[in-house]
Amino acid sequence: MNNTKTALELELDKKPFWKKLSLFDAAWAVIVVLAGFYTYANYAALMDGYEIIILISTVISLILSGWAWKPVRVMVLTVAGLSLFAISRYTTGLMDAETDFFLRFLFSSQSGIMWMSALYVLATLAYLVAFVARSEFTGALATALTWSATTMGLTGLMVRWRESYLVGVDVGHIPVSNLYEVFILFSIITALLYLFYERKYQTRALGVFVLFIISGAVAFLLWYAFERDAADIQPLVPALKSYWMKIHVPANFVGYGAFALAAMVAVAYFARARAERGPADGVLMTLPSLEVLDDLMYKSIALGFAFFTLATVLGALWAAEAWGGYWSWDPKETWALIVWLNYAAWLHMRLTKGWRGKPMAAWAIIGLFVTLFAFLGVNMFLSGLHSYGEL
Amino acid sequence: MDLPKETTSKLAKKITIWVRFLGSMNLAITLLLALSIASVVGTVLQQNQGYTDYIIKFGPFWFEAFKLMGLYDVYSSSWFLFILLCLVSSTTVCIYRTAPVMLRGMRDYRQNVQLRTLQQYPDCTKWVVQQPVGDVRNVAQSILSHHGFSARFKEEKDHQLISGMKGRGSRLGYILAHLAIVFICVGGLIDGNAILKARELMGLLEPEHRNLPANKVPAISRLGLDNMAFRGSVSVPEGSQTDALFINYKDGYLVQNLPFTIEVKDFRIEHYDSGQPKSFESDLLIHDARLAAPMTQTISVNHPLIYDGHAIYQASFADGGSELELRAWPLGVVNSKAAKLQSIVGEVAPLVVSEQQWSLEMDDFRLFNIMPSEDPAKKFNNVGPSVTFKLRSKTGEAREYFNYMLPIDRDGHLYYLSGVRESPADDFRYLYIPMDDEGGVGRFVTFLGFLNDTEKMQKLITKLKLTENVLPAKEAGQVNEAMLKLVQLFLKSGFEGVEAQLKKNVPLDDQQPVITLYIQVLQKILAAAYMDVLTAQGHDVSQGLDPGKAGFFTAATVAIGALERYGSPVYLQLDSFTHRQASGLQIAKAPGKNLVYPGCAMLIVGIFLMFYAPQKRLWVWLQKTDKGLELTLVGQSSKNKMDFSKQYQDISAQFERVLIS
Ligand code: HEM
Repeated sequence: MNNTKTALELELDKKPFWKKLSLFDAAWAVIVVLAGFYTYANYAALMDGYEIIILISTVISLILSGWAWKPVRVMVLTVAGLSLFAISRYTTGLMDAETDFFLRFLFSSQSGIMWMSALYVLATLAYLVAFVARSEFTGALATALTWSATTMGLTGLMVRWRESYLVGVDVGHIPVSNLYEVFILFSIITALLYLFYERKYQTRALGVFVLFIISGAVAFLLWYAFERDAADIQPLVPALKSYWMKIHVPANFVGYGAFALAAMVAVAYFARARAERGPADGVLMTLPSLEVLDDLMYKSIALGFAFFTLATVLGALWAAEAWGGYWSWDPKETWALIVWLNYAAWLHMRLTKGWRGKPMAAWAIIGLFVTLFAFLGVNMFLSGLHSYGEL
Repeated sequence: MDLPKETTSKLAKKITIWVRFLGSMNLAITLLLALSIASVVGTVLQQNQGYTDYIIKFGPFWFEAFKLMGLYDVYSSSWFLFILLCLVSSTTVCIYRTAPVMLRGMRDYRQNVQLRTLQQYPDCTKWVVQQPVGDVRNVAQSILSHHGFSARFKEEKDHQLISGMKGRGSRLGYILAHLAIVFICVGGLIDGNAILKARELMGLLEPEHRNLPANKVPAISRLGLDNMAFRGSVSVPEGSQTDALFINYKDGYLVQNLPFTIEVKDFRIEHYDSGQPKSFESDLLIHDARLAAPMTQTISVNHPLIYDGHAIYQASFADGGSELELRAWPLGVVNSKAAKLQSIVGEVAPLVVSEQQWSLEMDDFRLFNIMPSEDPAKKFNNVGPSVTFKLRSKTGEAREYFNYMLPIDRDGHLYYLSGVRESPADDFRYLYIPMDDEGGVGRFVTFLGFLNDTEKMQKLITKLKLTENVLPAKEAGQVNEAMLKLVQLFLKSGFEGVEAQLKKNVPLDDQQPVITLYIQVLQKILAAAYMDVLTAQGHDVSQGLDPGKAGFFTAATVAIGALERYGSPVYLQLDSFTHRQASGLQIAKAPGKNLVYPGCAMLIVGIFLMFYAPQKRLWVWLQKTDKGLELTLVGQSSKNKMDFSKQYQDISAQFERVLIS
């Protein structure tokens, strides 16, 4: 009898939550909190009350995500280190980006983003090789490349944030304000979501599919930067000067990123479904099972839907403040609604009608095109209040 | 009144069928997709444009057809509202039918479940253990609570059952999220113009189409203080007040009265260094009989004022009646003298030029004009103020002009630019009037006047002795007459016009030399006239012209050649101004937001709960047998079955480790 009790105690090990944290976990929290204080001490003058709340929420979510997903810590610390280094190289002004070696070739936002682009493309190739050649080593390399690309992209954005203040203190703003900047954000978020699932499902076979769409985004980004000179930092129009931007846009892009991920998983689903009919040792059979793919597709659509809902609501609240009404049937708003309704229908089909498999996968791919139109097509073909990033 | 029984049951049956139809998933999904498609239509076809634009675009037949379908204002068309209403009903029915089940499910630990039922779940494990039943029960309860399951215990004759449950939130989430849809749609319908539409259908309301001040609009187009929800705009000049606003409705507008008066004391625009606008701000004064003293408040974009349930937003800006002083230079008139002229933006005034009646409609004044800079160091250039106006002739035709106040540098020379266009759809084409040494347009106008002075030109041409110097000898009088005609032709249609005329009259063979000769002669005459003008103005031209004056001549002849296309009998030069701006306010009363905002919060909470707190159940069934105590562990989850199976495996492994090994 005592035996059972001891076994139970041993099994359930009732330590309080904070005692289960390792020394590293504690150190992580301390570092993030200190960084938060440092930010506050230096930039409080530029923040309003809401922005302080955003800062606090950022600190909390960074701590929690670092606890839940360890590699994030390495990335965040690297990004922070590189960004601070880059910022410290700007001593006289923006011109330093031309003369300083580190800025010019590595860490000015332009160079950082070029590195990001190159690394994502390399990662795509590495995933492809790893997939076709079934090479464990190349796979690990691909993962590392994806992490590095994401790190460089985030560094580029952070430095760009600073650079916008170097253009003019009144020009400075968070770099999520136009099509160029959000494309970077899109690549980064999609990559992070993918990396999360890669670890969770212990498979790299999906990498080539997901990185393919990120490479597509990178191609667009480069075209946009070089053909349309979109990389210049522009001052904000008055309507965009609001703390809302800091939460509305990132929430939106978690949504877009998750929908993109779901669509690429759907493509993988078709590939695997096809392979099921072939030999059991085909390359495509290294993809996760149909059941897992279906589940992953659902999860990422659910995640996307939740964040997209949040983003749309935030957008409506912002619109109420900036345009005088929470809903104006502006094309961008309307297309957000279309995207949302489409995925709501998808979720109901799955949950209440029990649809699975190919039709849902096909619908997820169509969903990506609808999403793409909402995010790009509207800016290209329709004009409205949201015309901030025209092509 | 008693209905015969049969009828009631028939009616009940009918209602049941309808309710079932409304609450069906098929209808819900159809509605979601129908709503998306309808929304696509609204974005592809530009909404709420002027009806004339649509007629031009689609032609009369399709214009009428689309109008009937309500495609110019899809989102308040009856069929769109109908789909929305269906969605609201469908969701309501859905909640009505499902919520009780959900609520019961949240509280129900399913303690009456049969072992046979449990054994059919895929996640089911059975062990036989030797420990006393009390200990096993304790172990089960501890493990369940360790994983966050709340548990109930029930003892029956032949067995004991521990029922655990976790994630009740998802059920609550379902109710919250779906109720939110109803809240949001109903709130949105209140704030939308469904009510206006109903009033219009009943003939109580009619949009106004004429351009009238608010207080002149007839009652049929006015909305009183009883109107619950509206969203309109009004442009208030600095120092003025308003107690009404305009609501765009169909192809006209409605006037909404306000229960208070808004005064705009000051309006400010700040600019970035690059010249783009940085912020718009208005200082407002709210006058309200209910207030002891007027309330002051500054609003800006993203920082509205909420007063008495009305939200007052900074939406735009316009000219609020700037006072302008202009000089009108008649063009092509002998001894042209500028006439002083006063005007106020927004006003229409008669203008007499060379005894002809025109009407001058002063449309806009702009303090800044930002242009891409030619200087590579600077991106933008502020080229100063400008006015926009229309000149309407007696026959009613009008051209629109856009005049800069200050001269603008083009390739090192300074010009007064004046743009002209026939219709707002066109771009402005610009007349470049070269600036003279005094910094004005005087010399240009005088030169032009000289060329138009037949007497002076006759004298000049005679003096030039063209027959002796350049032209083949002929009868001098005839030649001079022809040359005067040439000048007049030039005044009418420029060098191109002269060339075109000559091409028509001269045989093809010797066209080129003849044209060259004539243009040369014309240039010579024009230059001589220019010299005369300069001399008359007291300049010494005996040593030739400096590059500035020479450049002026070339530019002036180009400009004169373009005058016919410019089409105005007068050049209006802006001398000075008193800038008065108007603040564009948008004012909204949206009581529906008291439903919409809580609805939004419920939606978000509900959706996150549904996705991330799925309901899970665990049962531990204990039954004595001959071999010992039989323990059956069963798990069930409504969603995320794969993840749950994994968790179930972990939990059952724990049972095994504690109780078996
Ligand atoms: C715009 C309208 C609607 C939205 C945004 C919406 C949203 C959702 C979401 C996000 C879920 C969760 C899906 C999942 O967990 O995978 C859900 C579930 C569900 N919805 Fe809706 N819904 C809407 C309208 C309706 C309507 C009209 C009905 C009824 C006909 C309905 C019935 C249901 C049912 C029965 C579930 C399953 C709940 C469960 O078992 O947990 N929904 N809805």
